[in-house]
Amino acid sequence: MDNSVKNIKAEKADKRKKILKNIVVYGFLGAWGLMVLFPFYWMVLTSFKSYASYNGEKIPRFYVTDPTFSNFTNAFSQVPLGRYLLNTFIFTIVTTTVMVVVVTLAAFAFSRLEFKGKNLLFTIFLSMMMIPSELIVITNFVTITNADMRNTFSGLILPSVMSVFYVYLLRENFSQVPDQLYYAAKVDGTSDLKYLLRVMLPICRPTVVTIIILKVIECWNSYVWPRLITDDKNYFLVSNGIQEIRQNGFGRENIPAMMAAVVVISLPLIILFLIFRRQIMAGVSRGGSKG
Amino acid sequence: MIEKNNIKAWLYLLPALAFMLLFLVYPLVDVFIYSVEEGYNFVSQRSSGLGLYNFSYVLHDTYFLQAVKNTFIMVIITVPISTGFALLIALALNSIRKLRELFQTIYFLPYVTNTLAVGLVFMVLFKKTAYSDGLVNLLITFFGGESVDFIDGPYWAKMFVMCFYIIWVVLPFKVLLLTSALASVDKMYYNAAKVDGTGSFRVFVRITLPMISPTIFYLVITGFIGAFKEYSDAVALFGTDLNAAGMNTIVGYVYDMLYGDSGGYPSFASAAAIVLFVIVLTITCINLLVSKEHVYYA
Repeated sequence: MDNSVKNIKAEKADKRKKILKNIVVYGFLGAWGLMVLFPFYWMVLTSFKSYASYNGEKIPRFYVTDPTFSNFTNAFSQVPLGRYLLNTFIFTIVTTTVMVVVVTLAAFAFSRLEFKGKNLLFTIFLSMMMIPSELIVITNFVTITNADMRNTFSGLILPSVMSVFYVYLLRENFSQVPDQLYYAAKVDGTSDLKYLLRVMLPICRPTVVTIIILKVIECWNSYVWPRLITDDKNYFLVSNGIQEIRQNGFGRENIPAMMAAVVVISLPLIILFLIFRRQIMAGVSRGGSKG
Repeated sequence: MIEKNNIKAWLYLLPALAFMLLFLVYPLVDVFIYSVEEGYNFVSQRSSGLGLYNFSYVLHDTYFLQAVKNTFIMVIITVPISTGFALLIALALNSIRKLRELFQTIYFLPYVTNTLAVGLVFMVLFKKTAYSDGLVNLLITFFGGESVDFIDGPYWAKMFVMCFYIIWVVLPFKVLLLTSALASVDKMYYNAAKVDGTGSFRVFVRITLPMISPTIFYLVITGFIGAFKEYSDAVALFGTDLNAAGMNTIVGYVYDMLYGDSGGYPSFASAAAIVLFVIVLTITCINLLVSKEHVYYA
């Protein structure tokens, strides 16, 4: 009798403890969630405020009274935001495409073909992963400048198409494809290239998708190399474009229009992320860096 | 078994090798040559001799010393805080079921955003203008504090925003890795501890921490390397003239020497880049040595 009362009391205390723990945990997670989302909320909010109402608010409002699209039209008409977006789009697609071809061919050679010095060469490849980009960017800058490729797409793209790490990632995956498939294909008279395209790539699709996604994110956000190699606005990518808008932007400190530009620049990757959420997060945890 | 198709293999490798030699191997050798060429002229591409003057110039340059100081402060503040905080978030995420995916998605957002662009939002939030003190300062004064310009104001205020922004940017990656590390710890260990009636703190120190120590260690190493290469986040907040803002970083110094208003000195840039490389290498080696004693590989 006495014991069962005690048990009920203990259970109640346990339950209370659990609820308290939940409040703390969810409160903490929610607070940081707000911290992450707030800048996004603020940029969207500000982008819909008119210039006059934004500057009229001594204490900024958390809502819009008279939403306006004029900031977005200004961002495309007063500064060449469309041009920046187009450039970044071209740069991203071409760089990623060329990179996938280069990396796939190399990974195939390392995993499937036999040649003298393969292991030595692969070791040299791997050791290249440790080279920090800061060391090599200096000579690349001089090379591209001397080749008269400043302010061209080739100057932007060529030094960015090779990635030792992705060769490594893809080779690991290629090596897991059973040898029997290769011999079977050989018996059928399939050429190596056909085997690579018809068998290897479809089997290793997740890895290829991972590489493509990581490269697209990297290209879209790249800043240092484009800044070094372009000073003609016609060849700016979005990162340099937004920096240009900040410094000489709309002729005056027009924060709402600037925020509209930021929204437009951020949106493509956010949409991409929301669509490919699982692949992107799995890919980054396998092969991402930054941080 | 397989015929030795030498030529074919080299053909497959050709594009990769060509790009690697031209844009990776040759530059790597060249940067060391640049760094010892004294008085290198970018236009005539000639130098007056070989020596270590470039290093001595860089190491005595006040801008470089300021950059080194800034970078070290950023590293010392952001690496431990971001790693610890990420661990806290990952533990919290791991202990819940409802809304977990939602939180994970939200927390990952900064990873896919353009740091240059979102940095502007931080600038707007923290900056004082003629019209308004900015949201953060209004909050500070609301709670009885003194408002301060975080973007053009005192050094510590600028450093605070800088570190805050860096942590905001690097956290998604760390949270993601730690969450998957925590999820992959075998439940068997926890069940055994439960049977023994072990306290939750002891379980954390004795089971969880050792099991995820390889991930923590990986994050600390990459965190150090990443933080030492800090640059674009600073540009995002303070603009391209980081020397004027007193917020330059070592990488920023390298690029300023190479290009821009103060640029045209690839030799000084190379010397500074090599100094950075030596610093990063030293720290990474220390990390590796420390980890040998503390990391548990199952």
